[in-house]
Amino acid sequence: MTNDIPIMTCQEFQEQLPELIGGGEDLHNHPHYQSCALCRALLADLEAIAQAARQLLPVEDPPEELWEHIEKAIQEEERAEGKETPSPSS
Amino acid sequence: MHPLSSAVEPQQTAVTVPAEELSPATAAAIDDTLERAQAGDHAAFAQLYSLHKRRIYSLCLRMVGNVAEAEDLTQDAFLQLHRKIATFRGDSSFVTWLHRLAVNVVLMHLRKKGLSLISLDEAMEPTADEGPGRSFGAPDLTLAGAIDRMVLQRAVADLPPGYRLIFILHDIEGYEHNEVATMLDCSVGNSKSQLHKARLRLRQMLCSELRREARP
Repeated sequence: MTNDIPIMTCQEFQEQLPELIGGGEDLHNHPHYQSCALCRALLADLEAIAQAARQLLPVEDPPEELWEHIEKAIQEEERAEGKETPSPSS
Repeated sequence: MHPLSSAVEPQQTAVTVPAEELSPATAAAIDDTLERAQAGDHAAFAQLYSLHKRRIYSLCLRMVGNVAEAEDLTQDAFLQLHRKIATFRGDSSFVTWLHRLAVNVVLMHLRKKGLSLISLDEAMEPTADEGPGRSFGAPDLTLAGAIDRMVLQRAVADLPPGYRLIFILHDIEGYEHNEVATMLDCSVGNSKSQLHKARLRLRQMLCSELRREARP
């Protein structure tokens, strides 16, 4: 980001945010960011949310018996189509 | 790269890892499993299930917030996979392709349920009331360091489905915008814009929660 860019209004800056953020731009050097406490607060909050989202992992495993249900459903479908299904243990 | 745009590295904690992080031998073994499953090998399909069940189930669970429904959707997704796996041609990564399939199963389910709360289509379209003018900072309080995991989880669950889906895929699951766009069949620009709106909505919800907690 260069200093040639005229200072934007908050609205103009925020209209560009999805593209700037999604494009990986480092906004901390953006002239509007440096001059506007409100937009700095907004970005700090959005960063906090994106970082906190990572805490929502780890994810969960489905119950063990779900595979049995899927396997059974596959066998039924294949039987209906007239296909041979190898037994699960084979 | 700005922290808001960088994809998380969730795969380090999940069962599956992106192909570029796998050793050549492991990647070759996974490709081999996929090829065998495509050829109708039941054991190979079971292996694919083991590799991907956690992420697909978690996606379903986060989208519907109900264990029984999430199990049904996971089952539907893997049945769809079984029906369609032979048609996978490798135009996108298998994980992206599988997620797209699972996302479609979830979306169909949500549409069948009516989704009267706010339609997905609405969430995927720009809305006038969430324009930039309403996104100003809140200097009286800041979310940095103040976001509780459980509160965030609840807020994500309360997001309209379209926003929730994009937030889960990008910020939680760690997919890039081009992958999300493929999964949701939308443009990369649309993915960026919807994610931004999802984060803005979450910010609004989390700030309200903080204000509620701060009340004497």
